[in-house]
Amino acid sequence: MKTIFKSLLAITAFSVMLSSCKDEGSSNKGALSSSAAEKVYVAPGEHDEFYAFISGGFSGQLAVYGLPSGRLFKVIPVFSVDAEKAYGFNEETKPMLNTSHGFIPWDDSHHPDISQTAGELDGRWIYINGNNTPRIAKIDLTTFETTEIIEIPNSAGNHSSSYVTENTEYVVAGTRFGVPVPQRDMSIDEYKGNFKGALTFLKVDPEDGTMDISFQILMPGFNYDKAHPGRGDSHGWFFFTTYNTEEANSLLEVNASQNDKDFIAAVNWKVIEEYVKNGGGTKMPTNYAHNIYDEHTHSATSTMKKEVLTINPAEVPGAIYFLPTPKSPHGCDVSPTGEYIVGSGKLSADVTVHSYTKMIKAIEDKNFDGDAYGIPILNYEAILAGSVKSGGLGPLHTEFDGKGNAYTTFFISSEVVKWKLGTWEVIDRKPTYYSVGHLMIPGGNSRKPQGKYLLAMNKITKDRYLPTGPEVTQSAQLYDITGEKMKLLLDFPTVGEPHYAAGISADIIKKNSKKFYRLDENKHPYAVKSEADAKVTRNGNEVHIYMTMIRSHFAPDNIEGIQVGDEVFFHVTNLEQDYDVPHGISMIGAQTSELLIMPGQTETFKWYPKNIGVWPFYCTDFCSALHQEMQGYIRVSPKGSKVPLTYTLDGDAVDAE
Amino acid sequence: MKLKVLVLSLVVAFISSCGSDAKKEEKSSTPVEVKKEVINVDPMEDKGIGPVTSITLAEIDQTMAAEGKVVFKAKCSACHKISKRFVGPGIAGVTERRTPEWIMNMILNPEVMVAENPIAKQLLAEYLAPMANQNLTEREARLILEYFRTKTSVKDE
Repeated sequence: MKTIFKSLLAITAFSVMLSSCKDEGSSNKGALSSSAAEKVYVAPGEHDEFYAFISGGFSGQLAVYGLPSGRLFKVIPVFSVDAEKAYGFNEETKPMLNTSHGFIPWDDSHHPDISQTAGELDGRWIYINGNNTPRIAKIDLTTFETTEIIEIPNSAGNHSSSYVTENTEYVVAGTRFGVPVPQRDMSIDEYKGNFKGALTFLKVDPEDGTMDISFQILMPGFNYDKAHPGRGDSHGWFFFTTYNTEEANSLLEVNASQNDKDFIAAVNWKVIEEYVKNGGGTKMPTNYAHNIYDEHTHSATSTMKKEVLTINPAEVPGAIYFLPTPKSPHGCDVSPTGEYIVGSGKLSADVTVHSYTKMIKAIEDKNFDGDAYGIPILNYEAILAGSVKSGGLGPLHTEFDGKGNAYTTFFISSEVVKWKLGTWEVIDRKPTYYSVGHLMIPGGNSRKPQGKYLLAMNKITKDRYLPTGPEVTQSAQLYDITGEKMKLLLDFPTVGEPHYAAGISADIIKKNSKKFYRLDENKHPYAVKSEADAKVTRNGNEVHIYMTMIRSHFAPDNIEGIQVGDEVFFHVTNLEQDYDVPHGISMIGAQTSELLIMPGQTETFKWYPKNIGVWPFYCTDFCSALHQEMQGYIRVSPKGSKVPLTYTLDGDAVDAE
Repeated sequence: MKLKVLVLSLVVAFISSCGSDAKKEEKSSTPVEVKKEVINVDPMEDKGIGPVTSITLAEIDQTMAAEGKVVFKAKCSACHKISKRFVGPGIAGVTERRTPEWIMNMILNPEVMVAENPIAKQLLAEYLAPMANQNLTEREARLILEYFRTKTSVKDE
């Protein structure tokens, strides 16, 4: 049976190759056309149809895959250091990981979300939250580099984040933990009624995507779990699920599961925006880092901000309501039209769907069931659109295909369930392998989902791959959702644990992808634009090497006059001006990573020579046929030596004509 | 002066990826054939392969040459010295050895030149490091040509 499958695969692969030169859509029909292998086969040299940006979870990074092939293209370092790319190791990117707690080399990355214009993905930036030390990062999708990280004050467990509104007006960052605001030394037992849950709205600059904390709503100290923006008619609202409305502070698995219903908090940010515009809110002293990477200086700066504008919900009537939702809801997903708000009670068998229209009517009718800390609780029956009686267990997240269907993952019963919006009937269910968490349909969190593929992200794989000791990979599974029934096409491993992903048509992004950095736009203070300007300077025991690299040599490549005890800075500029010609560099004994420098870019590492001798450095990225020749020497003399500082190339000064 | 170039010409079907636009059509399955051929190439006739097909030269424009020197220094000098062989050939006298069109095409279209132009192929065989594409504009290449015209084989500096 296995052999038959292998030959089938081979025949399919071969026939696809044969047909790859024909026009799009003329792929051969017949018995093989429905095979899963053909559907995910992207022939050598061909491009995938979609990008999938899959969060790395506890790796702290963001991985870039192609769909339908499941091929990994890049791991973008975001919240964790990455020796391969020198992220967090070179002098330029260290400030990116600065926080009010100092330099933090790791985080737990969660929910990537692509910027939108008029409710559709525009592919300019992608935002992702760091969960542990609360932060939001922005990745520029022309360079695929992290260009901004902002810390979120008064937050802890930054989980109901980093979703964007439909014109990318705001990115939100909701706290998972209730904490004292401001932080203070108090008894943990006094949590209830005293801790707060901050929901932070970050204004996004429409030109460059830069974030700035606009305001922070100090909600009751519930746990804010997931969120999604309203869209279409419900644009202007943001929805956050809550759990632990019991406000328990210990053994939450029991004590936070007491209430039959928790809430979805519906926040009308337009009302709060207006309130703030009219001088509302209270400025609170705080301390948080705002780190920005400049593409022209190729360097990051970190600024400590000292103040945040806080909003007391009680002072803005009409801005916030609670939607009762059964069984500690996790996922909070909004349908493409903005009408349905889906809350997945993770301890339930059912999926609860609220109606935006009914919510507005209940608000107008003041159809309340009391309040929580002054925030009105809407009548559950009045806002309920329906519930999906799926028979599954442990619903978590829902995405949409734009054709009237919704797809919900069920963690406990390990399956994806397809159901119909409006009738709530279950159309199909397919197993996942195993314990699915998030799912993603390209554009599934927008007005215009592209309902071709569904990606399920699994927490557990057990026997699905070759074993690799006790720790095995997490995985994603790709389903074809073009038909009435879903069809499993592909399994592929992921980097870290995938918490959500964002998918987008490749055509939107690939045309904007930068090919190299222009040397004449390089504003790095230690950049050298021409080999003739390379130099070495000394100031006390601080030595700066202004070095260039091009296929395939360094300039200078022989340096003498360095002394034991010096602090040596290598500022290295890649002079290439062509696509895909990076060079690397490292120095023997350097207590840091290599540098991997893109064409036109300048990066810096530090080296502390500890022993006399002649020590080599070399290019770490195979750059040309003469890559192996791309190397040089530094002579290290004793401290106080009379050996003069010299630097040469081919026995001449670097500026020899 | 005639330069005899021994060329190994490989008739190879182009491997082209048909998925992307503007690529060459896949050639039929011509058998791979290797033959030695002696081609007489006059380098002062060879215009090379690339966007530049005809250049008419006037008196040397010193302003252009000065601008060309700046571009050369920034984008080319890491591999080419005026006075000596370095990673690539020395520049002095190049306009006496090559046509203006060939020089500009070598700057603007180096990948195709080292693959297909007999003289460029021979240079690659000699120097081993392929000419890098520094993504210059045609205008920048023209400025560099003007600068090269000031660097004749008779040492003048």
